[in-house]
Amino acid sequence: MTYDVLFDLGLAGVLIAIAAGAIFARGSFVSLVLFMVYGLLLAIVWVRLSAVDVALTETAIGGGVTGMLLLGAASRLRATKGSAAKAGFPARLAAGALCILVSIALGIVVYALPEVPPTLAPIAKENLASSGLGNPVAGVLFVYRALDTLLEKVVLLLALVGVWSLAQDQAWGGMPGLRVYAKPNSILVFLAQVLPPVGITVGIYMFWAGANRPGGAFQGGTVLAAMWLLVMMARLREVPAIDTLWVRQLLVVGPAIFLLIGLLGFVFADSFLAYPPDHAKPLIVIAEAALTLSIGVTLALLVAGPPERLRQ
Amino acid sequence: MNSATMFGYCGAMLVGLGLFGLVTNPEILRKILAFNVLGSGVFLLFGVIARRGAAAGLGADPVPQALVITGIVVAFSATAMAVALLVRFNKETGEITMSSDAPSDSGRPEERR
Amino acid sequence: MKFAIDIVTVVMVSSGVVFFMAGTVGLLRFPDTLTRLHALTKVDNLGLGLIVFGLLPQAQGLLGALKLLSIWVLVQLSGAIVSQLIAQATQRSGRQT
Repeated sequence: MTYDVLFDLGLAGVLIAIAAGAIFARGSFVSLVLFMVYGLLLAIVWVRLSAVDVALTETAIGGGVTGMLLLGAASRLRATKGSAAKAGFPARLAAGALCILVSIALGIVVYALPEVPPTLAPIAKENLASSGLGNPVAGVLFVYRALDTLLEKVVLLLALVGVWSLAQDQAWGGMPGLRVYAKPNSILVFLAQVLPPVGITVGIYMFWAGANRPGGAFQGGTVLAAMWLLVMMARLREVPAIDTLWVRQLLVVGPAIFLLIGLLGFVFADSFLAYPPDHAKPLIVIAEAALTLSIGVTLALLVAGPPERLRQ
Repeated sequence: MNSATMFGYCGAMLVGLGLFGLVTNPEILRKILAFNVLGSGVFLLFGVIARRGAAAGLGADPVPQALVITGIVVAFSATAMAVALLVRFNKETGEITMSSDAPSDSGRPEERR
Repeated sequence: MKFAIDIVTVVMVSSGVVFFMAGTVGLLRFPDTLTRLHALTKVDNLGLGLIVFGLLPQAQGLLGALKLLSIWVLVQLSGAIVSQLIAQATQRSGRQT
């Protein structure tokens, strides 16, 4: 029993140390690398908190795609030196005092959490069987709070539209400026030929197994996005222009099918996003499949960035 | 004090660290990074509350976990938009930092006109 | 029998951890990028390999064992390719730290 607590203590200590290193580091690159390590360690913390679905999401999105996004930005901005001075010592002291107060307040909240915690786990579990799912988190995401998932997918699309709107006028409708590495026969091309079949299989498996085991549409979709980004960066396929029809169709198919199933809930069941009793699982799996595809395309295009040049 | 509460204190410290980095560092990329640390601290607090709600044979309460998954995805989309804004800002003004003082009247956009 | 299997697991995972520590010390203490990459290959190949072989007796059936082995193969593949890419980039940029 005490070995568990020692391990958790060590893990929490390393996590705080690496987060402090990422915040207080001198150089941008060091800070980014420490941030990616922080994301991966946080995934282990999630596993220790019995949240394996969240651990998968944190590794894929928090550690992987966010790190890639920030690294791309850092490499573009590497040439520029910052001109604004660091905040003066009194300002930093005041900010430090404020942050310590915020941390203490949150610590008091954690300390004062009720002895018998209120929980929705029994209710979640007993209604899970009627929907045919075995994974309670998937049940919450697609049955109990399906509206949240639909809106989250729309938020992803809105963020993509926001990123695209930052293009300059003459580049609108063109190809995103993802950094590609165009040496033929290089070893990156070898990786981009060997890894995507494995990655696509893993991504589809993660979505499929998410009904009964930890996994799900978001985690699988992120792996698919990573494979497409690898193929684009090795120049095995060109980065598509944003006004290409198949890109826009794939982006929209996920939320559209989910919305359609939700509207059909008015006809076949009681209300929006309600499932008819016997057909809940097939409908959920169809919605999740379309969502996985859309999430893969959306995440990859979010990393690729706004369009920068027109198609030739 | 069990391990869930300890991770709760850890999350509180991460929120403080992230907030400090967000407020004091003038480089915008470091601000975005600190914002992500702040967000993950908040998610860790959610995770602790989920872990304490373990019941009915499950290891943790699934509802806060689903909220955290949604939160991670939305935080990533906010980061993507922030990074795109930063790259465009750099292309327009050539700066990568944002000082805490308000810009004076002889700032760059006026000069370029 | 179970006790013997557990002993094998503990011994192999511990020796894998020794290689992890050696690689990490190398990463921190070696003078330039190429030697640090060389230290990291020990971690990917031997360190992770010993840990995976130590965990194989504890795996759930043939499928679980195959999953563990595929993790090792994928880490080796990506580690080898990323080492080559970093080495090429180091050579191109001329910096050695």
